[in-house]
Amino acid sequence: MSIPVRFEVNGKRVAIEVEPRLTLADCLRHHLRLTGTHVGCEHGVCGACTVLVDGDAVRACLMLAVQADGAKVVTIEGLSHDAHLTPLQAAFRRHHALQCGFCTPGMITTAHALLSQEPHCDAARVREVLSGNLCRCTGYVAIVEAVLAARADYQKNNGPGA
Amino acid sequence: MKSPAFDYARPTTLPEAVSLLTSCEGEAKLLAGGQSLVPLLAFRLAAPTLLVDLNSLSELRYIRIEDDGVRLGAMVRWRQIEDDARLARAHPLLVTALKHVAHYQIRNRGTIGGSLAHADPAAELPGIVVTCEAEIMAIGAAGQRRISAADFFLGPLTTALKPEEIIVELHLPPWPAQRRWGFEEFSRRRGDFALAAAALYYDVLPDGKACNSHVGVMGVGDRPQRLAQVEAMLNGRLIDGDTIAQAEHAAAAAVNPADDIHASAAYRRALVGTLVGRALKRAAT
Repeated sequence: MSIPVRFEVNGKRVAIEVEPRLTLADCLRHHLRLTGTHVGCEHGVCGACTVLVDGDAVRACLMLAVQADGAKVVTIEGLSHDAHLTPLQAAFRRHHALQCGFCTPGMITTAHALLSQEPHCDAARVREVLSGNLCRCTGYVAIVEAVLAARADYQKNNGPGA
Repeated sequence: MKSPAFDYARPTTLPEAVSLLTSCEGEAKLLAGGQSLVPLLAFRLAAPTLLVDLNSLSELRYIRIEDDGVRLGAMVRWRQIEDDARLARAHPLLVTALKHVAHYQIRNRGTIGGSLAHADPAAELPGIVVTCEAEIMAIGAAGQRRISAADFFLGPLTTALKPEEIIVELHLPPWPAQRRWGFEEFSRRRGDFALAAAALYYDVLPDGKACNSHVGVMGVGDRPQRLAQVEAMLNGRLIDGDTIAQAEHAAAAAVNPADDIHASAAYRRALVGTLVGRALKRAAT
């Protein structure tokens, strides 16, 4: 069984046929070659595959590609530019908020959703939200600092976007 | 970690969803938020021939606050409950308990109907539903029926739902503004399943004594349960330090947890006592 699906990824329209069992994460990586979305646990525990669906952070391994029909999906590729670092990326670099980098796409997408929706969130809220994203290198302190530091840019003019 | 192959349907009406389920003779599964079912598929613990996706049934996304209580459509997501300011007053115990449900990304997708149908013994919503004597409305080929919470959860991941039935609504009885209540949970990481949790409430008589006590615990048995012995002990008494200490002992004695990879039975038993004690303290202050 193959099902036609149409959705938008990082502003571009996509129309493909997928097997129902294909997860959105695998669809993004294998069919659309957007390999910035990392797949860690494949059962909704690690948060590495977090993407935005209609503005909300979701686990792409727990959503089927067929369910994205009609949705606007934004991946880590959609939250970066070739020319310069976004405020969130710059804050991650400044605060040494990554080491191996495997969890980083999920951290950035999650933090972007949080700061877009709650630009005045406090450290406790940042920690609560990031508890859904596993990082085995940094110990989180630097990640929380980076997200807090990026708040200022999201508080201006309703957020910096990507 | 790839799901077995299955067919997929996304009905736009409830009758269509019911007939899809009926036609598969128990081999179909409903897909609501997918936050528990998709992992089960990935582990191949479930292998349905057809997934019936309920996400186009927007008529199941309502939150109604009425004189006879709170009514939640089965496709209400955790995030919707979090964002609805009216619920904090209409059902504070529900709102407080659901703050412990899962992580940020999961809360954007997970639904109340999915949580009830999944019936994890450590999950918060089934515990609240049992504690508050709520009712679950299901629809099937034979029409609608109400199932009381006490009859709904049969064991781990097992409910009284028939294979062709769909949960459509959760109905929580009205919540008097003066009611005293508490919810306490312990988990290793915020958002993870509880090692144990306690939900309780009571009403206060004019002489200050408790009545109508309801005490529920999660994570210490094969399903959420009420502790009738503790409830009986609380009714007719002032909820003071002595009563709370006795309730702690009674709660620990009333449960029968098993050892597992996360905690020993003795630890869980002690934890239940502590959590019931803390919840009562919170309720009384």
